[in-house]
Amino acid sequence: MPDFISVTINGTPNRVARGTSIAAAMLLAAQPNRISITGQPRSALCGMGICFECSAVVNGTPHRRTCQIQCEPDMTVETDR
Amino acid sequence: MQPFDAVIIGAGIVGSAVARECALAGWRVGVVEGGTPGSGATGAGMGHLVVMDDSPAQLALTAYSRSLWRQQSERLPKSVEYESCGTIWVAADDEEMAEVTSRQKIYENAGVPAEILTASQLAAAEPNLRSGLAGGLLVPGDAVVYPPAAAGCYLTEARGLGAEVFLARAVSASQGEVLLSDGVRLVAKRIVLAVGAECDLLPSLPIQKRKGHLVITDRYPGFLRHQLVELGYLKSAHKVTEDSVAFNIQPRQTGQLLLGSSRQYGNEEREVDADVLRQMIERARQYMPGLQNLSVLRAWTGFRAATADKLPLIGPATGLSDDASLWLAAGFEGLGITNAPGAARLLVNAMLGRESAIDAEPYLPARMLEPARLSHA
Repeated sequence: MPDFISVTINGTPNRVARGTSIAAAMLLAAQPNRISITGQPRSALCGMGICFECSAVVNGTPHRRTCQIQCEPDMTVETDR
Repeated sequence: MQPFDAVIIGAGIVGSAVARECALAGWRVGVVEGGTPGSGATGAGMGHLVVMDDSPAQLALTAYSRSLWRQQSERLPKSVEYESCGTIWVAADDEEMAEVTSRQKIYENAGVPAEILTASQLAAAEPNLRSGLAGGLLVPGDAVVYPPAAAGCYLTEARGLGAEVFLARAVSASQGEVLLSDGVRLVAKRIVLAVGAECDLLPSLPIQKRKGHLVITDRYPGFLRHQLVELGYLKSAHKVTEDSVAFNIQPRQTGQLLLGSSRQYGNEEREVDADVLRQMIERARQYMPGLQNLSVLRAWTGFRAATADKLPLIGPATGLSDDASLWLAAGFEGLGITNAPGAARLLVNAMLGRESAIDAEPYLPARMLEPARLSHA
């Protein structure tokens, strides 16, 4: 049985397995990582820190590459706008 | 084949503006570009449309050109990102504040609105500036564009009026004949060199490369509202021998910040110079401490085409060449984007023998032969 933690994504608490990347957690919660300059919702593309499509606001800091960061208990994540 | 009325070499913003102006005159126009249009100094620069008062002639040309930008701003496509954000010249101390007062009068006398900001007005206008600055000078009519798109817009308009674009390098250009690298030979009544810093077509062209660095950040909407330039910029921009950096930051429509600036002579390497970049960012951080928490996406360099007296070469190449078919629109240093529409108007008026709205004499290439002018610079 995996160890579950809670992260808040766009204001809603979500239970995810410890070790889940924030990008995966946002995908599971059906929340876009960022909104492009033309208003399109975007999610992780490369999943390895190169494409910047997975940028999101993590604990108040914008433009974090969420595919490279694991969820931690009580983290706050928001779509980057 | 019927000769072209004008063949313009270089499809940067100046060459494209000249092509458009020639086409508007009803001429048969050719444009020659060896690389991608707008990929030289045009693509490297900030796109700050700014009135500068280094000299009366510079003030006249920048004010005239900025007025032309304003006139056309309504019909520019969205991709040009014209934004009338204004410039604030930031004064760090009382000495610079005294300069704000004198410059405000110079602008006012030239019919360019400019407002003095006190320390608290400056802080209210740009909350991310550090505290303790003396004040500033707000020039509300200054603006920002995305230069390659602006150049593309001019070129598209010229093509719409019948101008032909030749994507090949000009191997030679003299006596009304331009030979291209793909073997095509163009015959022209007039040849305009609008070539920036990269030109081997006229060895006597008195232009030096002045390297600059720029940095673009990720999107931080609301962090910055105006283009900010430290008043010390004028001191550093005036130095003609030493490397220098100055705080110069611009808000883009995307929320990104474009950060400069550096000036280096005698360095023709395209690579980013880590030491200069560090100095530049450190300088900016002294004015806006919050910058240290922002992410940079990219840094790049470009080469300004600098003349000895800091004024462009606009007009017949008389004096620099005995070829009566050669005309110049070159040597704009850091003001090519600002001055492109005014320069194009002056050049084409001179070709047509028409009067211009401002005196074209200070920009004539022939002045470069006068030793007094050179030593004065």
